[in-house]
Amino acid sequence: MHVQTAQTVAPLDQALVDSLDAYIREHQEEAGNLIPVLQYAQSAFGYLPEDVLKHISEALQISYSEVTGVVTFYSFFSTVPRGKHIVRVCLGTACYVRGGKEVLRAFRETLGIDVGGTTEDREFSLEVGRCFGACGLAPVVMVGDDVHQRVKPSGVKDILAQYEGVNA
Amino acid sequence: MLNVTINDKDVSVETGATILEAARSAGVQIPTLCNLEHLSPLGACRVCVVEVEGAKALMAACATPVRDGMVIHTNSPRARTARKTVVDLLLSEHEGNCQYCDRSLDCELRVLSFDLGIQEPMYVGAKPGGQADFSTPALVRDGEKCVKCRRCVTVCNEVQQVGALFPQYRGYETVIGPAFAMNLDDVACVQCGQCAAVCPVGAITERSHMEGVWKALADPDLHVIVQTAPAVRAALGECFGMEPGRLVTGQMVTALRELGFDGIFDTNFTADLTIMEEGTELLTRLKGALAPDDPQLPPPALPMFTSCSPGWIKFAEYYFPDMLGHLSTCKSPQQMFGAIAKTYYAEKVGVDPAKMVVVSVMPCTAKKFEAARSELADSGFQDVDFVLTTRELGRMIQAGGVDFASLPDGTMDSPLGYSSGAADIFANTGGVMEAALRTAYELVTGRELPVDNLHVAPVAGLEGVKEAEIQITAPLPDWAFLDGVTVRVAVAHGLGNAAAVMRAVRSGERTYHFVEVMTCPGGCIGGGGQPRFTTDAVRLARINAIYREDEGKPHRKSHENPDVLELYASFLGQPLGEKSHHLLHTNYEARARV
Repeated sequence: MHVQTAQTVAPLDQALVDSLDAYIREHQEEAGNLIPVLQYAQSAFGYLPEDVLKHISEALQISYSEVTGVVTFYSFFSTVPRGKHIVRVCLGTACYVRGGKEVLRAFRETLGIDVGGTTEDREFSLEVGRCFGACGLAPVVMVGDDVHQRVKPSGVKDILAQYEGVNA
Repeated sequence: MLNVTINDKDVSVETGATILEAARSAGVQIPTLCNLEHLSPLGACRVCVVEVEGAKALMAACATPVRDGMVIHTNSPRARTARKTVVDLLLSEHEGNCQYCDRSLDCELRVLSFDLGIQEPMYVGAKPGGQADFSTPALVRDGEKCVKCRRCVTVCNEVQQVGALFPQYRGYETVIGPAFAMNLDDVACVQCGQCAAVCPVGAITERSHMEGVWKALADPDLHVIVQTAPAVRAALGECFGMEPGRLVTGQMVTALRELGFDGIFDTNFTADLTIMEEGTELLTRLKGALAPDDPQLPPPALPMFTSCSPGWIKFAEYYFPDMLGHLSTCKSPQQMFGAIAKTYYAEKVGVDPAKMVVVSVMPCTAKKFEAARSELADSGFQDVDFVLTTRELGRMIQAGGVDFASLPDGTMDSPLGYSSGAADIFANTGGVMEAALRTAYELVTGRELPVDNLHVAPVAGLEGVKEAEIQITAPLPDWAFLDGVTVRVAVAHGLGNAAAVMRAVRSGERTYHFVEVMTCPGGCIGGGGQPRFTTDAVRLARINAIYREDEGKPHRKSHENPDVLELYASFLGQPLGEKSHHLLHTNYEARARV
């Protein structure tokens, strides 16, 4: 089973914690605030460290098990540090039947990492998506916020070359 | 009112009723799995799907409100086939091991499967598996058996507001468990066992102490004694097919004797002792607050909260660490019993306490955790050695070849076996409060508590939070400072209700002098270790049985228990005295919630 747990790799940057707290204060009373807070935290810290998840649980008064339940449910969230560029290969139904799996294999082989992994130079992380809502363009790959459509295994190297060494 | 047709029957129901409720009111049974009485429907398991004319898809009866004119078929071939497929799929992921399973006899999945006529596996393939979690002293979770119905999640989050359990991960990899599927001992679980009480299969059960007790009973060098909690006698009969609410006190005593215990005693005895200590503690706190001997001293924390219920204690340690000073320092009756047994009783019968084994029979799983708390060893030994749930005792009686139904009544042994009616009602929500008031009021005024048949009606029953006021007039001279004081009390059962009271007290929104908290809905009679399945009807039947037990007692007040008075006269001295302080009181530790 693919079980992820959280870790805190380095001490948390206090300025980022303060910015998270400000964001939480702003949305404290809103119903359904957990996911936006997690998204904010992930974009601030680059991933969701264990200490941040516990902090969010305390601040929103939502049980820790519910916070981690949401984090582990959505493939968008990561509890381990990731590369500068997140490559997400869609394996939703349309992408799957139009060769998404072969595209994923090409990314795995080219990057030399498995799904959930990060390259040693911290350039790329590889993830699987479950439908980006662009089924007409299948198979779809997202790198960061860019959508790449009708990707073929043979085009994978060219796509990666656009990002290598570029800051996200 | 809405008019609907269910299986060709015309049915009128209130607006807002679900299809399931409408069907039940018409005497039509629809099987359910994830559904729980009074709690918001989940629609997670799909076992209750029915066919609604005009609707494309089948509807989950538990989660679909009826509309006027709906025509519903609960048993059409389409509904029945779908239901069977749902259960087939659940079975395909369930690692049964039925012959070894704790739930062999009362597994709801097995019954469903039988009722739907499933005779062979329809889907065979990989199973998600999962490891058994033996990390806590009270509960065992076995992920292989879990069918992800989420009843435990609903109870843990909505009723108890503990939030230790939640679905983790996704799809086939879903685990119902603590954060990141960690062990239960690594998270803020209070081990109340309400999850185990509602689990339809054997995925959450108590950690068994049966083997240890059998071994102790078989060892001729050991003096093995047993104490039985008040709530057990109103539920144990259910283990043998008796109706809920049958009192089996006498048969229970005889069964325990047949199992070979050297002394059969009553936690009720130390419930009376608890009232002596806790009642005195309450009056001492009231004096410190209202008429302090030394006004320079900080006033004692009020309201005082009861401390009998170990799930509640652990909950307060996690969630209200700033308010631990409000908890009575009294140990629970279980622990008072252990401490008294291995000192006073050991001395009296001339048994080396090192060779004494104290076994508890409790309606509770958290009592297993409590007995293992390292600080509860004031006798010089761990005060309580083994804790059996009501269910485990039922199984031991069965395994011991004892024909429970035909047993004659026995009586508890002396000197730790006699109790007042006030001790009996410790089993019910509101009971500890009533017992305390019976004694404290009389101590203060010299008169009997002026309520009908000694029952404090406003704090009885299944309302989540109950309040009452008792006006003190014409007290005895020692308690003159209480003249004209209206004592305000509250009772909460279920930890969600307890948390609401704690928050109201913390914010100053409510002020009380004394609050009773019991962890489980209905009190101990609805404990996590009681025979399954506990509904409100079952709770009320057990509650009424307990009141009958109380009303039949020659003594109805703890301070009239002659054996408790003898214990003070010959051993303890006085309530809150030095020896009591050492043996009967404890302290609490703040715990980190995450």
